[in-house]
Amino acid sequence: MTDHTVKAYDEELQFIGGRLSEMGGIAEKMLVDAIEALSRLDADLARRTMDRDPKLDLLQREIEEMAVLTIARRQPMANDLRELVAAIHIASDLERVGDLAKNIAKRTTKISGDIRVPRTLIGLKHMADIAALQLKNVLDAYAHRNVAQADDVWRRDADVDAMEDSVFRDLLTFMMEDPRNISFCTHLLFCSKNIERIGDHATNIAETVHYLVTGDPLPVDRPKGGSSGAESASAGVE
Amino acid sequence: MSQSAAVLQKIDAPQVNDWTNLGSIKLSIRNLNFYYGTTKALKNINLPLLTNKVTAFIGPSGCGKSTLLRILNRMYDLYPGQRAEGEVLLDGQSILDPKLDINLLRARVGMVFQKPTPFPMTIYDNIAFGIKLYEKIPKSELDGRIETALRSAALWDEVKNKLNASGLSLSGGQQQRLCIARTVAIRPEVILFDEPCSALDPISTAKIEELIDELKSRYTIAIVTHNMQQAARCSDRTAFMYLGDLIEFDETSKIFMSPSQKQTQDYITGRFG
Repeated sequence: MTDHTVKAYDEELQFIGGRLSEMGGIAEKMLVDAIEALSRLDADLARRTMDRDPKLDLLQREIEEMAVLTIARRQPMANDLRELVAAIHIASDLERVGDLAKNIAKRTTKISGDIRVPRTLIGLKHMADIAALQLKNVLDAYAHRNVAQADDVWRRDADVDAMEDSVFRDLLTFMMEDPRNISFCTHLLFCSKNIERIGDHATNIAETVHYLVTGDPLPVDRPKGGSSGAESASAGVE
Repeated sequence: MSQSAAVLQKIDAPQVNDWTNLGSIKLSIRNLNFYYGTTKALKNINLPLLTNKVTAFIGPSGCGKSTLLRILNRMYDLYPGQRAEGEVLLDGQSILDPKLDINLLRARVGMVFQKPTPFPMTIYDNIAFGIKLYEKIPKSELDGRIETALRSAALWDEVKNKLNASGLSLSGGQQQRLCIARTVAIRPEVILFDEPCSALDPISTAKIEELIDELKSRYTIAIVTHNMQQAARCSDRTAFMYLGDLIEFDETSKIFMSPSQKQTQDYITGRFG
């Protein structure tokens, strides 16, 4: 793309782009490590994952401040305006992904000493791997401004939702089988919800990339896979 | 971007020929070419100005946007060697017809210029002057017309107690609104604004922009501006011109959020030249 006549404008956009790719890298790593820590119930790895969250928060703040300053200074139009609006949205989504990964890691530290039904972790790991792939693909789509790849992520969110339903039913069964599983499985239910939300954030980013590149929004209704009632189970992020 | 690259790109530029579904058309410009002597300044322009809408013209200096505006009330007639070819219809009637009464045309198509141009006479007479050119009306009715015009230009409250003061005693922003009042007083159908705020401070600019928004319910408006934000704020449709060509003409929100032509995008995002 042609450079701006005002060089400082390009530098501001490059600053934001650089910080955003750094955020993407950290969020992706946090998610992968949180999944790994959960599947191995590795409390040390979980704690190291949690420690990365403040950096993500700091980067989000830097991106937002620079984006707002650039809007005020340059009154951007067209693709520049979409770039800045997209950067604010994506930074917010990645910060939330970090929060959710941190929450999974935090729950891992709580259940790592009380392993009840290890086979419940298999489905959860599979679901988390899909969410992590979604996140990786959407960050690639953003980096390369690839609409087709972003649209693909948007369509595949239904896969994560469907997996959440399956995990929800499994955990419910284990809890009904033996009430001593309830505490362990409840933590996993929350983790499952967090992974589903990470999938939602990946989808949000896909929508943002689509808008950024084409200037048109994706349809409001996206494909949904959930049906068992798992989506109605609330799970807070601490 | 080099000029040859710009020309190559223009081949794909959509022609603004399908005017159905755009709404009521006040002025239609078709296959318009304009010459300063042997220099072609406008190249086959096709464009409608919609009734009660604001159309903004943007583009770098020398792109032909002011030239186009000057055609719409035959301002170019004042200068020898300048000529327009093609078709410009005001409510279906050709305004390029040599037999057309230019004074009547200019009463229907008023113009406000970049620099405020009050006449060296009182505020009252500045406005009365134009009305008297076209109509003979009693003093009481004239007073009413002048008050209405000044109110329309959002200037009445500031000048109602000094109508006999010189128009030149007003501030730049007030002078520009006086010129708008003078234009409005003649009850035109179309108002052309040629960079009306380029010499004004931000507050006066905001007042003029507010005025344009109010005036469009009664008039069809065309505005040439170098201020992209102003075009984005004030207009319903925007035309981007470059080197005498109309590169893109679309809804203003489309032009400023996702223009279809790369040249338009490069210009409005400050990547030109």
